[in-house]
Amino acid sequence: MLDKVLFYIFAGLAIASAALMVTRRNAVHSAIFLVTALLATAGIFLQLRAEFLFIVQIILYVGGIMVLFIFVIMLVNLDVALQQIQFARQKWVALIVALALSAQFGLMLWSSGKTPGQGIPVLAAPSASELPANSEAVAQSLFGTYLLAFEIASVLLLVAMIGAVVMAKKER
Amino acid sequence: MQAVIQATMEFLKLYWAPLLCGLVIVAVLPLVVGYIVLVERKLMADMQARLGPMRVGPHGLLQPIADAVKLLIKEDIIPDNADKLVFWLAPVLSVGAALLSIAGLAIGPAFQIAKDINIGILFVVGVSAMGIFGIVLGGWASNSHYSLMGSLRSSAQLVSYETAAGMALVSGLLLTGTLNIKAIVEAQSKEGIWFVMLAPVAFFIYLVASIAETNRAPFDLPEAESELVAGYMTEFSGFRWSLYFLAEYTNMIVVSSVATTLFLGGWLRPFADVHLFNFLDYVPPLLMIGVAGYCLSRTPKQPSGVQQIFMLAVASLCFVVALVLVAPVVLPIAKPFYAGIHGGFWFIFKVSAYIYFFMWLRFTIPRYRFDQLMRLGWQFLIPLSIVNVLVVGVALIVSSYFNLHGWAMLLVTTPAAIIALVVALMILAAGQESQAGKENAAASDFYAG
Repeated sequence: MLDKVLFYIFAGLAIASAALMVTRRNAVHSAIFLVTALLATAGIFLQLRAEFLFIVQIILYVGGIMVLFIFVIMLVNLDVALQQIQFARQKWVALIVALALSAQFGLMLWSSGKTPGQGIPVLAAPSASELPANSEAVAQSLFGTYLLAFEIASVLLLVAMIGAVVMAKKER
Repeated sequence: MQAVIQATMEFLKLYWAPLLCGLVIVAVLPLVVGYIVLVERKLMADMQARLGPMRVGPHGLLQPIADAVKLLIKEDIIPDNADKLVFWLAPVLSVGAALLSIAGLAIGPAFQIAKDINIGILFVVGVSAMGIFGIVLGGWASNSHYSLMGSLRSSAQLVSYETAAGMALVSGLLLTGTLNIKAIVEAQSKEGIWFVMLAPVAFFIYLVASIAETNRAPFDLPEAESELVAGYMTEFSGFRWSLYFLAEYTNMIVVSSVATTLFLGGWLRPFADVHLFNFLDYVPPLLMIGVAGYCLSRTPKQPSGVQQIFMLAVASLCFVVALVLVAPVVLPIAKPFYAGIHGGFWFIFKVSAYIYFFMWLRFTIPRYRFDQLMRLGWQFLIPLSIVNVLVVGVALIVSSYFNLHGWAMLLVTTPAAIIALVVALMILAAGQESQAGKENAAASDFYAG
């Protein structure tokens, strides 16, 4: 019961703040609502007993990336930004993408109830003692099963980082 | 509706104890912070050959309460052009993050609100880092240039030093192999040695980075009064200002607790498992009796009767604490409470020592310039911390190869620390060389003001 109520609180908060984030005219307000949406998602991770994912979401997205976002937003002159047209003219592309996405969601929801074992897998939440400790489990799969993918991703990030440094240096 | 009520009841039934502890912390912490401020003022006065606050209560002992009352009844001013909602939200965010992160800490083996969470130390660090939003948004919402400058500096500083602090924590955590706070302290008790001995370089990096993260002098650029009035707090007054203040000092407590847990052996007594040093159990009660005796000796010298009574009350409070501390050592009945009571004492003692060191630095070292601060963070601490993680990792592999434990590990980790230090000196030398070339091309740093 408690799980369900908490889930609906977190999910509702995430959706509502995501909608508010898109519709605010003031960029800092948008950023605040994005933080709220990220925190609510972190709460859902915590409910799924993925503590490590929860804290990584908070440290990286909320504590790191969003601070940089706000840092940049504050340097932009907001009064000028308010005068400009906020939305790029991509109505038709956006419409098609949104339709495709909702069709996918609809198909999944529609097919989920049909045959047991197919569609959306419904998992019963295992108790905390049954699961291995979450950070250990994440480490096992990152550095064991998916080691190659992990290394490729980290090399890619390193290249991007060096590229950013080089580009910043050239402009000076 | 019924479902909501049912869920609430279920929630209360499951979590009434942590909720109660949380309420106690929220109620007591402002008082603790008030007295930390008093200690800071007294120490500053002592180091500058003054007396400090003396008027309110004997030796200014009631000054924090008077200050709190003053702040609460002050007029609440919101600037006309401020973003009202964000202005209201910002200090609450700051103080909320700081208070929330206390939940993960273990003050002694018995007292921890969020018991045995798997991500322990990451929770404390991550949640307390969220307080930066309060500072950044507060500075932006005030719609004032000084505030904006302060909050820009603050966010730049925090993002830079977070990296170094995180890497320092990683090299400490390599030694434990777990994030759970209780398990970290137990690992130190098992090895019989505090990790500050095994990873001194990591402790040093964390020390510097934690001062920068809490915006304390010599890194208090975000609120540098000679340049920015009061930085991000310029437009805040009264209760809102005191919330920022509470958040800052709570963050100090949090970073010192993290350092104590990971590097200074948490709630462990020095030489916890060596019976030869069991006499150290008498140190806490003797210390408190000493404080009580000093208060008693000062009592007749107080100017008025009320103040004499207050001094007497302080002395008897210290005496009661001493009795509580001595009971588990002497009485067999109170033996089960030994770990909780003495663990709590040692933890608080170590945290206080760390905070004392913070203050000592504040009164000793002059403030850094902003570009110096950034250079220290990016060109010295971050490379050093990365090298240190590598070196500690190699040392651990070597020590497990030779099956070394406890003090024997020093044989491997000391050379590792020396290597890290040599690398640090090389980085410094290289930095100075490149700096000498740049000196003429005067850096027009925007944030340097």
